[in-house]
Amino acid sequence: MDAPMDDAPTYLLTGDTGDWEVVIGLEVHCQVISHAKLFSGASTTFGAAPNSQVSLVDAAMPGMLPVINRACVEQAVRTGLGLRAQINNRSVFARKNYFYADLPQGYQISQYELPVVGEGTLILDMPDGSSRSVGIERLHLEQDAGKSLHDQHPTKSFIDLNRSGVALMEIVSKPDMRSPEEAGAYLRKLRSILRYLGTCDGNMEEGSMRADVNVSVRPVGETGLRTRCEVKNVNSVRFVMQAIETEAQRHIEIWESGGEVSQETRLFDPAKGETRSMRSKEEAHDYRYFPDPDLLPLEFDDAFVDAIRATLPELPDDKKARFIADFGLTPYDASVLVVDWREADFFERVAKGRDGKTAANWVISTLFGTLNKMGVGVEDSPVSAENLGKLIDLIADDTISGRIAKDVYEIMVETGEAPDTIVEERGLKQVKDTGAIEAAIDAVMAANPDKVAEVQGGKEKLLGWFTGQVMKATQGKANPGMVNELLKKKILG
Amino acid sequence: MITLTDLTIAEARKGLDAKTFTAAELTDAHIAAMEARADLNAYVLPTPDRAREMAAASDARIAKGKAGAMEGIPIAMKDLFCTDGTRTTAGSKILGNFVPPYESTVSANLWSAGAVLLGKANLDEFAMGSTNQTSAFGDVVNPWTRTDEPTRKLVPGGSSGGSAAAVAGRIALGATGTDTGGSIRQPASFCGIVGLKPTYGRCSRWGIVAFASSLDQAGPMARTVEDVAIMLGAMAGHDPKDSTSAPIAVPDFTAALEQGVKGLKVGIPREYRPEEGLSPEIDAIWTRGMEMLKDAGAEPVDISLPHTKYALATYYIIAPAEASSNLARYDGVRYGLRVLDEGDGLNDMYMKTRGAGFGAEVKRRILIGTYALSAGYYDAYYLKAQKVRSLIARDFKAAFDQGVDVILTPATPSAAFPLDDAPSDPVTMYLNDVFTVPTSLAGLPGLSVPVALTEAGLPQGLQLIGRPFDEETVLRAGRALEKAAAFTATPSLLEG
Repeated sequence: MDAPMDDAPTYLLTGDTGDWEVVIGLEVHCQVISHAKLFSGASTTFGAAPNSQVSLVDAAMPGMLPVINRACVEQAVRTGLGLRAQINNRSVFARKNYFYADLPQGYQISQYELPVVGEGTLILDMPDGSSRSVGIERLHLEQDAGKSLHDQHPTKSFIDLNRSGVALMEIVSKPDMRSPEEAGAYLRKLRSILRYLGTCDGNMEEGSMRADVNVSVRPVGETGLRTRCEVKNVNSVRFVMQAIETEAQRHIEIWESGGEVSQETRLFDPAKGETRSMRSKEEAHDYRYFPDPDLLPLEFDDAFVDAIRATLPELPDDKKARFIADFGLTPYDASVLVVDWREADFFERVAKGRDGKTAANWVISTLFGTLNKMGVGVEDSPVSAENLGKLIDLIADDTISGRIAKDVYEIMVETGEAPDTIVEERGLKQVKDTGAIEAAIDAVMAANPDKVAEVQGGKEKLLGWFTGQVMKATQGKANPGMVNELLKKKILG
Repeated sequence: MITLTDLTIAEARKGLDAKTFTAAELTDAHIAAMEARADLNAYVLPTPDRAREMAAASDARIAKGKAGAMEGIPIAMKDLFCTDGTRTTAGSKILGNFVPPYESTVSANLWSAGAVLLGKANLDEFAMGSTNQTSAFGDVVNPWTRTDEPTRKLVPGGSSGGSAAAVAGRIALGATGTDTGGSIRQPASFCGIVGLKPTYGRCSRWGIVAFASSLDQAGPMARTVEDVAIMLGAMAGHDPKDSTSAPIAVPDFTAALEQGVKGLKVGIPREYRPEEGLSPEIDAIWTRGMEMLKDAGAEPVDISLPHTKYALATYYIIAPAEASSNLARYDGVRYGLRVLDEGDGLNDMYMKTRGAGFGAEVKRRILIGTYALSAGYYDAYYLKAQKVRSLIARDFKAAFDQGVDVILTPATPSAAFPLDDAPSDPVTMYLNDVFTVPTSLAGLPGLSVPVALTEAGLPQGLQLIGRPFDEETVLRAGRALEKAAAFTATPSLLEG
């Protein structure tokens, strides 16, 4: 199948033999937000003391049996709905068999042939404001493994089973992406949706979202897919993008030197900026999948799905469309504002009953800059949405000028005070009294008769200089429009 | 003077309630008998201290008029059931001295009904075997011997061999068993006792060391059909901790026992009389069983279960496949045996631990199962076996849909054989399960009832198969058969 992107700006890598296209698919493991694990009642809190959150089931004691946690199924269905995907009313848990010290059962309970969620779509918002659509192949539920700790003892490995049995959603994309930027946009958008839905916190640093990246290349114009490699467990958006570029270059070099890329699993080393082989196809595990006989097929009716659907929040794509329609925003501004639902909410409170574009400018250019500098989220913003809105009102009704507004804003950041209080207490109100402005103009004119003459002689550009002088004389408080008007009248008559 | 160890559970319950004897006396009598018959090797771990404590508690409850259905009844617990604070081995070396910090649902149910634990019963390793000879704790001796070779020891059957020998040998009034392909019914037949594999889902599997999850089912073993009915009532019930446990009510299984079989249609599957030969002796006992039911008013019906001949092959794909995965957890990492030499890595530990911990039969089945699930073979083996399994289940359903109430078959193709002459090749050994495996694959209840002695003086059982969750009809027909057969013979070892 060919790329379904609408007018995708081409990202091509140039090799010795010509241009190459990169084909990317992502498998993202997302830790489900739930109080208890997928098949046991043990807690899922991150950062607890090792082996303190392990039930008999998680430790695979003899005779222990898994029982599905309804809350995790609801989260998977909720995510499926958020991805506009097919929800399968009947799915099957299967065992994926392999031996590892941190896999207590000797198998992972996952879903294989019949996942709980089928095909869906994710819309990418590209930096140029354009949109792309990437297919979702499936979403399935599975257990996480424990953690092997190799750095606690000189000769021994330790095992922490706190994570063992925690619910993961594996979300598999179709091989629809064609550039590192699209892969980055995919991850950011997926994270955004998961956070809107409250189904995964999306923290890649904590490992609650981990990506496996499938990469292959092909000469421009070729329609078939060439052999892919899977780069495992990449833990940031930036690394995913780097890994793709590195891996694609490696493929091109192999193909162009007459070699053949072999299908294998690789690891990305961010320090060295390279991928290296983890295991070849020959060494690949035979997972011996089969339906888990300890669990019945997972079945639910439409009412179960409808009840979840009824609690879905407005999702980023819909919000973006509404922001464009209701507030007159550009697609780009709208997409920036909807990434985080808290930021979108903040913006809406600022924009309500005001000019949307102005509100968007303040939030995106000014407030986000402040938050970035402070390293805090919008929920900890020193400037409340109400106060930012009031500030915009003060500009709109000419109480203060745009220039003064910047100063007021800085004071708001520092003190958290309301803008009207600041303006009042510090006497920053705009001077709209004609007499006062005329007096200031007269003083400037009197001090600069030669310049007055120049303007009158036809050099009208100099009027701007006069405005500046008058503003300076009034400490910026004079209404700039009135200053201009009066200047013209006084100098040019 | 009554011999307390010869009582049935029902009789013992009456005696306890009537205060003819105490639970302590009943238990002590059994502890003494266990010591006297230690050579049967029926128990891998006798628990006399715990038994006496539990019996004392039973006496206290009886005194308060709060006796449960199994109050004061001393039983053997197959060592596949995890028992809180009491070593559980599954008959394997790989579990080492594993002491579970939890109690299986079925054993917990029995304790809350008042039963007393005499000890953990011997079994084939991980319940894989038909002779109890795969146990890491030695062979179990069948209390019965042939009249022509009275000193030659016989196998008790398996895998619940210790349970069957304990009940037949009068060193337990009842015992729990588990049945995956015949592990309750075959040893019951070999030892001349009654054994019931309930419908899959009737008893919780939680806390039972798993062999093949889609087939494993716990059930009672005792000396009468009534005793089995009493025990099943205490063992069964929905358990939210087992997703495959059926959320249905537990009836009083003893209520309908004496209703007889008048008007019941009893299916006789023609495929259970294969051309390659059912022993004439077994065939005759089967026919006699049918005559007994007919005389009691039942109507024999010739039925066909056309996929029967594939059952054994199907079973020996599915059960090992599940086992290969279920037994992966015995890896030396968290509990049980660990074999690890200086400088060994993880794979060394796996290989040495599993190499030393598992016996030959368990290894064989892990290998078969791993192979059957492998890429490239899955469709040909596992998937096909699952399809055939559905066909086998459909055969039974068709028979019951025709109006058949219960199906009568032999329980085993032969009576017990000598310990020193057990088949050495596994395929011949697997043939022991030929009559019991189809029922297991279909998830149906199957009851083994002793009906006659063979010419050599050994007990032979017949199997009654019922509709899903219709243990009541199976037990009712079993009771009719028991009454007609009037099987009163006792094991030869008890006579000596």
